Amino acid sequence: MENLLNIFIKSIFVDNMVFAFFLGMCSYLAVSKTVKTSVGLGIAVIFVLVITVPVNFLIEKYILRKGALIWLGESFADVDLSFLTFMIFIAVIAAMVQLVEMIVEKFSPALYNSLGIFLPLIAVNCAILGASLFMQEREFLNITEALVFGAGSGIGWFLAIVGIAAIREKIRYSNVPAPLRGLGITFIITGLMAIAFMGFMGIKL
Amino acid sequence: MSSKEKEPLFSEKNRKLFTDQLGRNNPVTVQVLGICSALAVTVKLEPALVMALSVTIVLAVSNLIVSALRNYIPDRIRIIVQLVVIATMVILVDQTLKAYAFDVSRQLSVFVGLIITNCIIMGRLEAFAMANKPWPALLDGIGAGAGYGIILIIVAFFREFLGSGTIMGYPILEKIGVYSFGYEDNGMMILPPMALIVVGLIIWVQRSRNRELIEK
Repeated sequence: MENLLNIFIKSIFVDNMVFAFFLGMCSYLAVSKTVKTSVGLGIAVIFVLVITVPVNFLIEKYILRKGALIWLGESFADVDLSFLTFMIFIAVIAAMVQLVEMIVEKFSPALYNSLGIFLPLIAVNCAILGASLFMQEREFLNITEALVFGAGSGIGWFLAIVGIAAIREKIRYSNVPAPLRGLGITFIITGLMAIAFMGFMGIKL
Repeated sequence: MSSKEKEPLFSEKNRKLFTDQLGRNNPVTVQVLGICSALAVTVKLEPALVMALSVTIVLAVSNLIVSALRNYIPDRIRIIVQLVVIATMVILVDQTLKAYAFDVSRQLSVFVGLIITNCIIMGRLEAFAMANKPWPALLDGIGAGAGYGIILIIVAFFREFLGSGTIMGYPILEKIGVYSFGYEDNGMMILPPMALIVVGLIIWVQRSRNRELIEK
């Protein structure tokens, strides 16, 4: 339990997707103009991460890893499919995004309308593939850890994009030097936010 | 196509495809593409160079392939076709790095895989390769890769030089002997936030030299 809480806190604050690894920066910069849309995108990212990380974990554990196919029989013990990782992960992500989109559309039209345009965009958000690749690299022991890691990464990304959107809404009223306006100042603010988040470094429960 | 209409391989237009993206239409600072994987690998020059090279290769070749296939790709499934082309190239690059440059491949860790979702590649495929002939598409790919590489290398140069006092691992400041005057490396430069701030400053410099890029 303590271990899970540790992974959770760590993935939100210390290993924040945006501030520590710069993942998902493209949509982070493009969609952070207003708080409302960024909340929508943030929730969609959490949603997709919570689903894709555990699914990719199972695929990694029972299909891709060296010797993972042993459940098919002794003769498969030496099969190493890990070179297919990228291809399989991205396919799973694209398929999951599609599936999530259909399910949400069927069961919760209201949520679908608010997430609508963002869901397909997420398939190529680096934070999603990044979380799966980190999951693989860190060798989590069981699916709960992978799930908690996915949720934590998603929440961290959500916090980052909502924070920057709120600041950008306010900064419209300030007198920023002309060449820095827009993209430049957003980078610098993100840098400052990242410095603030570094205060969490070394937290261990 | 008759010979007088045929464009020379390095015509004005084709050269522009390449040079524009180094500065005026840089993929990172102007088109805002591909920042995701760009910054995490810029602590040292060496991984940044390898990363820039890998992205250029993936970008150029997948631009070429997609452009050659553009008339056969059904519109509705084009994204998945593009992803397959990109992922294949990235797997090739990843396996090559693991075989011939294992140390660097260790340092780049997941970021080689993340080339797949690097928006530069999808962006150039969608915006250029799907609508143009293979040769311009190849040039465009190399140009975008080089534009991305330049930013990466500038950021990595400053971060390595100011953060650890070395260039490509060579301890240049120690050889000059500035440490004996009490100079110390700025440990802040090695941390992730400074990459963002350095890119912000590059954008500032670029836009104050080139006023037409300024946002309203």
